[in-house]
Amino acid sequence: MTGSFPAAMLLKSLPEISLVILAGLVLLLSLVWKKRPPQALTWITIAGLMLCLLLALLFALPVKGPYLIWGGLLKIDVLSFLFRMIFLTGAALTVLISVERQPSQGQGEYLALLITSVFGMCLMAASADILMLYLAIEITAMPLFILAAFQFRQKKSAEAGLKYFLYGAMTSTVMVFGFSLLFGISGQTGYSAIAAALEPDRLPVSLTAGIFMLVLVGFLFKVSAAPFHFWAPDVYEGAPTPIAGFLSTASKAAGFAALLRILQEVFRASPELRFGLLAAAAVASMLIGNFLALRQKNLKRLLAYSSIAQAGYILVGAAVGTPLGASGAIYYLIAYLVTNLAAFGAVAVVSSNTGSDQIAAFSGLNRRNAALALVLGAALLSLGGVPVFAGFFGKFLVFASAVQAGAVWLAVIGVLNAVVGLYYYLNLLKVMYLDPVPEGSGPLTVVFPWKAALLVCAAGILVLGFIYRPWYHWADLAAQMLLLH
Amino acid sequence: MQTLLHPLVLTTFFPLVGVAALLLVRPGSARASRWIALLTALITFGLSLWVLAAFQRGSADLQMAVNLPWLTIAGVEIRFFMAVDGLSILMVLLTAFLVPLAVLSTWTAVQEKVRGFMIAFLLLETGMLGVFLAQDLVLFYVFWEFTLIPMYFLIGIWGGERRVYAAVKFFLYTMAGSVLMLLALLFIGWQAGTFSLPELVAARGIFAGAQIWLFLAFGLAFAIKVPMWPLHSWLPDAHVEAPTAGSVILAGVLLKMGAYGFLRFNLPLFPQATKLLAPWMAAIGVVGILYGALVAYRQKDMKKLVAYSSVSHLGFVVLGIFALNQESVAGSILQMVNHGLSTGALFLIVGYLYERLHTRQMSAFGGVWKAAPLLGSVSLVVALSSMGLPGLNGFIGEFTILAGAFNSALPAARWLAGAATIGVILAAVYLLHWFEKIFLGPALKDEVKDMKDLHWREGFIIAPMLVLIFWIGLYPQPFFDLINPTVSRLLGLLP
Repeated sequence: MTGSFPAAMLLKSLPEISLVILAGLVLLLSLVWKKRPPQALTWITIAGLMLCLLLALLFALPVKGPYLIWGGLLKIDVLSFLFRMIFLTGAALTVLISVERQPSQGQGEYLALLITSVFGMCLMAASADILMLYLAIEITAMPLFILAAFQFRQKKSAEAGLKYFLYGAMTSTVMVFGFSLLFGISGQTGYSAIAAALEPDRLPVSLTAGIFMLVLVGFLFKVSAAPFHFWAPDVYEGAPTPIAGFLSTASKAAGFAALLRILQEVFRASPELRFGLLAAAAVASMLIGNFLALRQKNLKRLLAYSSIAQAGYILVGAAVGTPLGASGAIYYLIAYLVTNLAAFGAVAVVSSNTGSDQIAAFSGLNRRNAALALVLGAALLSLGGVPVFAGFFGKFLVFASAVQAGAVWLAVIGVLNAVVGLYYYLNLLKVMYLDPVPEGSGPLTVVFPWKAALLVCAAGILVLGFIYRPWYHWADLAAQMLLLH
Repeated sequence: MQTLLHPLVLTTFFPLVGVAALLLVRPGSARASRWIALLTALITFGLSLWVLAAFQRGSADLQMAVNLPWLTIAGVEIRFFMAVDGLSILMVLLTAFLVPLAVLSTWTAVQEKVRGFMIAFLLLETGMLGVFLAQDLVLFYVFWEFTLIPMYFLIGIWGGERRVYAAVKFFLYTMAGSVLMLLALLFIGWQAGTFSLPELVAARGIFAGAQIWLFLAFGLAFAIKVPMWPLHSWLPDAHVEAPTAGSVILAGVLLKMGAYGFLRFNLPLFPQATKLLAPWMAAIGVVGILYGALVAYRQKDMKKLVAYSSVSHLGFVVLGIFALNQESVAGSILQMVNHGLSTGALFLIVGYLYERLHTRQMSAFGGVWKAAPLLGSVSLVVALSSMGLPGLNGFIGEFTILAGAFNSALPAARWLAGAATIGVILAAVYLLHWFEKIFLGPALKDEVKDMKDLHWREGFIIAPMLVLIFWIGLYPQPFFDLINPTVSRLLGLLP
């Protein structure tokens, strides 16, 4: 526990505090302000999220070296700072994409739940204590369960919410059992104290391995990696499209942020264990995700399988665990945020215009709306890892880290999977650009918030794909500091 | 600013200026799009001539280098490093020379979505020039992969009937080959602590232990691109479905990227593996020569015939590269240029014929000479150049390669060279067969009888190629002067 006076602690967690206030404010306004313009709450939420971003930049910039606050519960470092930016940006984009999805009576709840979930994510990325981590994970997950079932009058959405909840409840129970063992062994809940108790001379490695596996279950669920990926396709398909996008990007990023931290700060004494288990999960995720994606007819399901595969690539970086591996995973997550939100945004536009998210509904998209097709096309090529799009450099870094660490076999499996992935992304591109326009479909209308969201995402895909240095610098800094004990 | 005005940077990225201008044009305005693209391509060609003017002949070193820090990952620098030497100068010139001609050839052939076509074409040009100039492995890889996207769209949107299948096949084949190259270049990068090619060549002892594997990983990417038998099956599909301008660039430049890659990377980086595997590579090259020629003879579709003739001709290039002596390697580089000119021109002629009759089946033609004597005589010259008639460019390339291979240190060198010579004869067979089917005999069909002769624009496109075909055929020395010093240095790097 580092001594620090409360005012500084308040300032450092100002963004989180503001998020809670924002959630309350949005709820309150939705109740009392009956005659508001239809999109007023959307813009208030976005303004609020941007304000949190600004507050973070003004008051909560990471200081040199890690810095514990709230009695050692949270750690302020580059990792938590960077991921807070990711979550806030992701949430703002999701709110923009959601404009049409909110029935006016549920709008306040929808937005407040989303904000609460972001609050939980920020805590997840900063947690330095297993109790705090567990709370943060639950704060993140509960609103997402409800959001997945938000269109509860549709059977699929209700099913999605229930499936997500049951799966999440089960895996988090297993994880909390692992946490209880950690507490039992060390008598502490802080990461560093637990890490000391896990040193090989104090605890047999087999026992550490068992605990690690229990804890990993919760994380693999969170990032939708094999073998705990089964929920993803059904939930993505049934959940409102923006929420599916949010689950696949920000929620996944939160899982990885916490995972990277716990790997380096708690299970640091057993790198072979980390590599073995995570590499196995990575290989399984890549294979399952890519090969099952090949046969999908529904674009949201396809993106779900693709998201399982992408979790696999990111796990390669986490498995390697070197500074390069960690920074590669972080860069990948930043790139993946804009890329996948662009993809889900495009799906939201098409499905709200045509009422379908089957792949066939995207035929001849470039003749119905060329700009939309261009954005979705860039997102798909970025997912496939083709230069000069954001996804290329993410893949480059994680595979580079595997080769650097001597795990060439893992990189070989990875790149071959990337080719398989490219096949179905190209097929989608083909549907959009080369297939005939289905009869009776007119041009698509794209409302302003959608345009704004898609434009930001497209700009992100290009900027992250062209200009690596500043982003890589931040990712690298986060990784360096993570490895600093 | 200084960097932006560097001749190499300016040449490579100038097409992007055209892309930016095209983005400002109204999507429907075909005329403006064509003119902007043509102008951009011509200026780029002018810039490449500027590079040639500044190029010091007789020097084997890398010249006009621009070498800037780009990014440092895990302590290893990735640099923005471009330079030109005798290996790349001709490729750069060939690219910049062919692109404006290809743009001109689309003037009437491409009517739909002209703006998009031109954007893709200019993006492709930047990618290709970057491939030939990059001296940093990561930078090279980025350009290499980038060329896939515009080509995918060129085939997929503006191609023939089975364009979708061909486009996807083209993309996946090339990608599958190059991802392993990515891992191999990462491997040597980490081992040696640098990604810049000259430094890697100096430090090649560090990764000498894994040479064979590295050679194969790089080699697979290049062999698919060349394409070497038996990895060629994407090429006929891509060629048949691509629009004429796409075929010209595909045959003229993209295939050269593979052969160039062998010379640029495999030879200097993995010398022992090169020596060890050279006989196999040369033998596969000879198989390609014979296989391509035999299959070409059986084709009924003109584009397929030219596509398989490419497989055959590139077999000569591969044989020349792995015969590993001064004549054969220099001949290979010249033959790359020759193939770009002759096969590019052949594709143009096929395109002209297609525009007239809207079929590529050879049986639909016959007796075209009577209706279009000018087109016929131009075609004859191109066909003769492609089959290696003395006095035209093909002869110089093939003769130097065969002479070099005959005297090389390869096992059974004379047998290999002898078998390759049969390929020359076969080339004459299938090309004359093609010429006879199309142009000679009586004109039986009315469409053929009414066929228009060469339009002045069509002639204008093909004329510069004919000039070069004769120039290289009659006086190749200036070209060899550009190539030879670098080839000696390259071969000096081998054990």
